[in-house]
Amino acid sequence: MLGFIWFWLVAIMIAAYVILDGFDLGVGALLLFLARSEPDRRAALASIGPVWDGNEVWLLAGGGTLYFAFPLLYASAFSGFYLPLMIVLWLLILRGVSLELRNHLDLGVWRALLDGVFAWASALLAVFFGAALANVLRGVPLQPDGYFFLPLWTNWRPGAYPGILDWYTVIGGLLALAALALHGALWLTVKTSGALERRARQMATPLWALVVALTAASLVATIAVRPATLNNYFNHPVTFIVPAAVAASLAAMWLYNRSQRPQPMKAFLASCLYLFFMLAGACWGVYPSLLPATTGAANDITLTRALSGPHTLAVGLVWWSFGMALATAYVVFVYARFRGKVDAGETH
Amino acid sequence: MGSELIHRLQFAFTVTFHYLFPQLTMGLGLLIVALKTVALKTGSEEWDRAARFWGRIFAINFVFGVVTGIPMEFEFGTNWARFARLSGGVIGQPLAMEGVFSFFLESAFLGLFLYGEKRISRLLHWFSAVMVFVGSWISGFFIIVTDAWMQHPVAYARLPNGQFEVLSFWRLLLNPWALLQYAHNMTGAVITGAFVMAAVGAFYLLEGRNQSYARIFLKVGVIAGMIASFVIIFPTGDAAGKYVARNQPAAIAAMEGLFKSTTGAPIVILGQPNEQTGQIDNPIAVNDVLSYLIYGTTRAEVEGLDQFPRDQWPTALPLLFYAYHIMAGLGTWFALLMTVAAFLLWRKRLYTARWALWALLLSFPLPYIANTAGWMTAELGRQPWLIYGLMRTSAGYSNMVSAGNGLFTLLGFMGLYALLGLLFTVLIYREIARGPEPAAATAEALHAD
Ligand code: HDD
Ligand code: HEM
Ligand code: HEM
Repeated sequence: MLGFIWFWLVAIMIAAYVILDGFDLGVGALLLFLARSEPDRRAALASIGPVWDGNEVWLLAGGGTLYFAFPLLYASAFSGFYLPLMIVLWLLILRGVSLELRNHLDLGVWRALLDGVFAWASALLAVFFGAALANVLRGVPLQPDGYFFLPLWTNWRPGAYPGILDWYTVIGGLLALAALALHGALWLTVKTSGALERRARQMATPLWALVVALTAASLVATIAVRPATLNNYFNHPVTFIVPAAVAASLAAMWLYNRSQRPQPMKAFLASCLYLFFMLAGACWGVYPSLLPATTGAANDITLTRALSGPHTLAVGLVWWSFGMALATAYVVFVYARFRGKVDAGETH
Repeated sequence: MGSELIHRLQFAFTVTFHYLFPQLTMGLGLLIVALKTVALKTGSEEWDRAARFWGRIFAINFVFGVVTGIPMEFEFGTNWARFARLSGGVIGQPLAMEGVFSFFLESAFLGLFLYGEKRISRLLHWFSAVMVFVGSWISGFFIIVTDAWMQHPVAYARLPNGQFEVLSFWRLLLNPWALLQYAHNMTGAVITGAFVMAAVGAFYLLEGRNQSYARIFLKVGVIAGMIASFVIIFPTGDAAGKYVARNQPAAIAAMEGLFKSTTGAPIVILGQPNEQTGQIDNPIAVNDVLSYLIYGTTRAEVEGLDQFPRDQWPTALPLLFYAYHIMAGLGTWFALLMTVAAFLLWRKRLYTARWALWALLLSFPLPYIANTAGWMTAELGRQPWLIYGLMRTSAGYSNMVSAGNGLFTLLGFMGLYALLGLLFTVLIYREIARGPEPAAATAEALHAD
């Protein structure tokens, strides 16, 4: 029971990370296309400036929670994905520094350089996160001792001994890039005004079509690569409501973003729901495994195998609930103070 | 090179670099509260501007602290997988709590402190400074609880699968080692903050610029620096030493270079430990002092390294010895310098005593060295254990990550951090050159805020 609770708590923290940091990654990925003039750049960056650091904390808090609730999973996945994770760390460093420091030197070249770094780092992070999720869905070559090590790529085919990147995980990476870019574009329609808002809204339409196509492709590909993904759904048919919700949130995004009577906030929330249900659907597809093995189901890292001791988990529940209530209060506080459109003149 | 060594080097390098930033954040956090408190009490615009100036330095420093902190969180899994697997149930907790209880808090209030001043009341702005300070000190606490459990494991049990399990949440958080280490370490952070503030003040006076601010910086820096320089030796350094002696006797013997058990053990002030011959070369030592410092009597026997099997000696013995002596030596210098400076301040002669200003200016890197040396003492003294007495370092690293991959990422971090260091220096220099005076702010700088 405790295991079941912690599984969903960690899943919710990861979902919160994807939804929150997702829009600032998306804004980053679109920055060079959408915001070409300096005032537009400033407005786009101001729309994420006060919140990105707090958004990233969800990754740290989620990672820390994973570490103590499921130490085997944390140990195995982090060492097995050693190389891509190190690249992710370097990208996170470059991204944070370039966003925060672009306005510290009044040189056009400096800002152009840092904007480029920020945009590329954001886009690559989105791809890496998507590929990581696809790696989990596909499974990794776990050994009986619970560890594995993946090279960056091998022959680009999923199989018993794949690489981090193969055709399947590349689809995952592209889907993540498209979905987060769309998420970011919708965020910009909420937070900015004028030409930038208009361009973001226009950009959202082709991105939306791309997301629909990639979502469908990834669904088919996942079933082809790991048919067992469907087992939970067939055993509990009500849960087909999750993919239905994915489709509904996609439809809602399109409806609310139409240029005749746009409702930006609703479109953005629909995008949040889309991300949430995609992740929930993926979790349900692997549950109760946390990390499936390509080397035979006996090697799967399952919930019970990875779980911390019972007293640890019970104690954790107390401070976690208390801490999360506080953290939620801060998040609400920050977003409430920062609500409404960014004022183009007021940037930092 | 073996992969164990590479993992150790990468962790040591990244954490040492990371800690260069939080030590200033935590120290300045306190001093900014002091500046804001005076500003609030007296309504002085000058003290408010002084606080704003240090807020800008804080903000730049904070960015670097954040981006270099994220790798630390990951490295437990990437580089120390076998350790993480067994220890997660215990030290995963304080690590996760650091995120949940302090990083959210800090990131929420820092924005308010830096960019909200015009929109909120003076009291609320003061409060946001306090919350930033509290957030950074909470974060220091949880990370030290994590480290302290590795130094001195308490309140745990082992499950059948070998994993550690917490027995008591409060005993984990109130680990005596953590409390002592926290007191000592935070005092070290205040020293860094105080020395940096005083050095900037000294720099402005020597340059003949921003004189009224320079006096504020010197006053606050010297007073805080003097208090902290004494507290770091007594009671906190003294207590840390006693606790280490009782709980990690091999570590203290190596720190002090005591190869043979001795009654009336001497304290070695200078010398080079020689592992081959088992003695200190060229020692300058004072008899009986070590026995007295540890046990309160000159006659007590202190265990030497000869009491421990060779495979339980700290692995980098000379480095440990030097690190410890550098920390303690610098501690003595800090207390001396700050006492003199405080005396001059009291006699109203500090602002014109150029030699004292030069000494303060040139001393600003020393607290960084002392803090780094202190951590090296703690971490090297723990060797060859990863969890003291329970798990060897050689049993904890990620042996599925090959040495070549480790070397690649270590070099990657070194290159990237060299770039970050350069960038940091340029930006901080610019901030100091710009100064606290709003008149010095160009149109561009106003934009940038
Ligand atoms: C400005 C920095 C600074 C200064 C001047 C000193 N220390 Fe220190 N010391 C630290 C900064 C520090 C530190 C970086 O904060 C450490 C590392 C871990 C910790 O909690 O504090 C530390 C650790 C540390 C330890 C623990 C080592 C272990 O855990 O194995 C001892 C025994 C001392 N110190 C003792 C002293 C003494 C006797 C000093 C007297 C002069 C002294 N320190 C000055
Ligand atoms: C900022 C302060 C710190 C510094 C400068 C520091 C420094 C070092 C150094 C020099 C080593 C290498 C020791 C060796 O390999 O012989 C090391 C190892 C290590 N430290 Fe720290 N450390 C710091 C804080 C921490 C904290 C807070 C933790 C735990 C939360 C920690 C955990 C470790 C681990 C896991 C290793 C690797 C295993 C080992 O070599 O023992 N360190 N650190
Ligand atoms: C293994 C050791 C460490 C880990 C895993 C770690 C982790 C982190 C992380 C992830 C951040 C970024 C937080 C954010 O996004 O806001 C951070 C920042 C910070 N860390 Fe560390 N850290 C370590 C060592 C230390 C030590 C030894 C201290 C102090 C005693 C410390 C104090 C801080 C503080 C005060 C911050 C706030 C940012 C700043 O002040 O620069 N950390 N740390």
